[in-house]
Amino acid sequence: MSSTSVVVTGLGVTAPNGLGAEEYWAATLEGRSGIGGITAFDPSDYPAKLAGQIDGFVAADHLPSRLLPQTDRMTQLALVAADWALADAGVDPQTLPAYDMGVVTASSSGGFEFGQRELQKLWSLGARHVSAYQSFAWFYAVNTGQISIRHGMRGPSGVLVSDQAGGLDAISVARRQIRKGSRLIVTGGVDASICPWGWVAQLAGERLSTSEDPERAYLPFDADAAGHVPGEGGALLVLEAADAAHERGAEVYGEIAGYAATFDPRPGSGRAPGLRRAIELALADAGSTPGEVDVVFADAAGLPDLDRIEAEAIAAVFGPRGVPVTAPKTMTGRLYSGAAPLDVACALLSLREGVIPPTTGTSPDPGHQLDLVTGSPRETRLRTALVLARGHGGFNSALVVRAAR
Amino acid sequence: MTAREFTLEDLKRILREAAGTEEGVDLEGEILDAELAALGYESLALLETTGRIEREYDITLDDSVVTEAKTPRALLELVNEHLLAVAAAA
Repeated sequence: MSSTSVVVTGLGVTAPNGLGAEEYWAATLEGRSGIGGITAFDPSDYPAKLAGQIDGFVAADHLPSRLLPQTDRMTQLALVAADWALADAGVDPQTLPAYDMGVVTASSSGGFEFGQRELQKLWSLGARHVSAYQSFAWFYAVNTGQISIRHGMRGPSGVLVSDQAGGLDAISVARRQIRKGSRLIVTGGVDASICPWGWVAQLAGERLSTSEDPERAYLPFDADAAGHVPGEGGALLVLEAADAAHERGAEVYGEIAGYAATFDPRPGSGRAPGLRRAIELALADAGSTPGEVDVVFADAAGLPDLDRIEAEAIAAVFGPRGVPVTAPKTMTGRLYSGAAPLDVACALLSLREGVIPPTTGTSPDPGHQLDLVTGSPRETRLRTALVLARGHGGFNSALVVRAAR
Repeated sequence: MTAREFTLEDLKRILREAAGTEEGVDLEGEILDAELAALGYESLALLETTGRIEREYDITLDDSVVTEAKTPRALLELVNEHLLAVAAAA
């Protein structure tokens, strides 16, 4: 059972620099960024004023009116990403048994924009004015639930909440459910909380860049790294057993070959951070040696200490400048639960096309000893990619994807 | 005082605002005696709908309204009974 190969057969992408996997991929290879001044609200009174926003997304163009009053923006984006992933996989869920399909997503913030609107109604107009849909529209599990209802997927489902690491944790749970016998799992994550309430919550974490220059605001591994720019969006993937995908003649992007998660020791303990161990355990799970990894998609926190910890972990496993590293999220901002699934989608497209997309903006600090792909894409033979993601509070996750055979 | 009337047009407008329209359902068709559930409005959609009716008409409907009124006709009658009672008391 546990040796069942689990593959990705569909991608659905909603990213600040592209709606749809192909548009996102084209933008990413060109180094086109979706980071800019916030337009969703007036940011002039806030210290951080930039975000990776998805422009031109009109939910009503994609979703039935029945869903609009009951969904936050993050759920609308997630529903559309799920539609696209299923279409890309060539799957019509209506033709499959409901209990053979499930949904496992990650969430970081929940439906903040919806929640803010209803809380404002509560204190300005009174309880009678609060939408009945507030009961679930804000909730972490709502994307999973709405996708499940829309497509009649009643099998194993859930939500993972571990900040940015959650996107990989969700894919791992989805893989486990396929190995336990589910036929198809929709997995990944989509987040969006670019609204005043979401913004103050993110500012409280003291990790946001306050630069007002979109080209210089988010510079992971740069000597000038000073925080990150938040973004909205993410990706959803369709996972199936390799045999089942092969039988129905599905196009396969690649295999979810390995995964591991670790937790950092308490601050001040003197013990080593957990990221290196997550990488080593994920490689062991994949049956891969470090030498077989062709590219690393970095977590890329954009803060000096966290960048140093990640660079040290990569150098410890792969050797100094021992493996190409990239962070295309420099073009989207950090998408929280959506970031790692988008990186996994990007890694799968990289494997398919034999090209590593660049990290934009950053001039890597030589002290990090990273072979960071900057400037333009790097064409190379790619078979195995490692995706890293960390969550606030000590979460480390690592996932290995391998090209389809 | 003359009672306000809650019409089918009012209900359709509030349903659209509160919960949208299910794909394949035409609220402009013969819906008076259709089951609200069959029109795609489950209990939460009806809770949101009755909440909006209460706000707009400044009445308080019993929670059981949601479960008792199975059709648009039943909901219209119930709301109009309340409006008549309010007018009579005024």
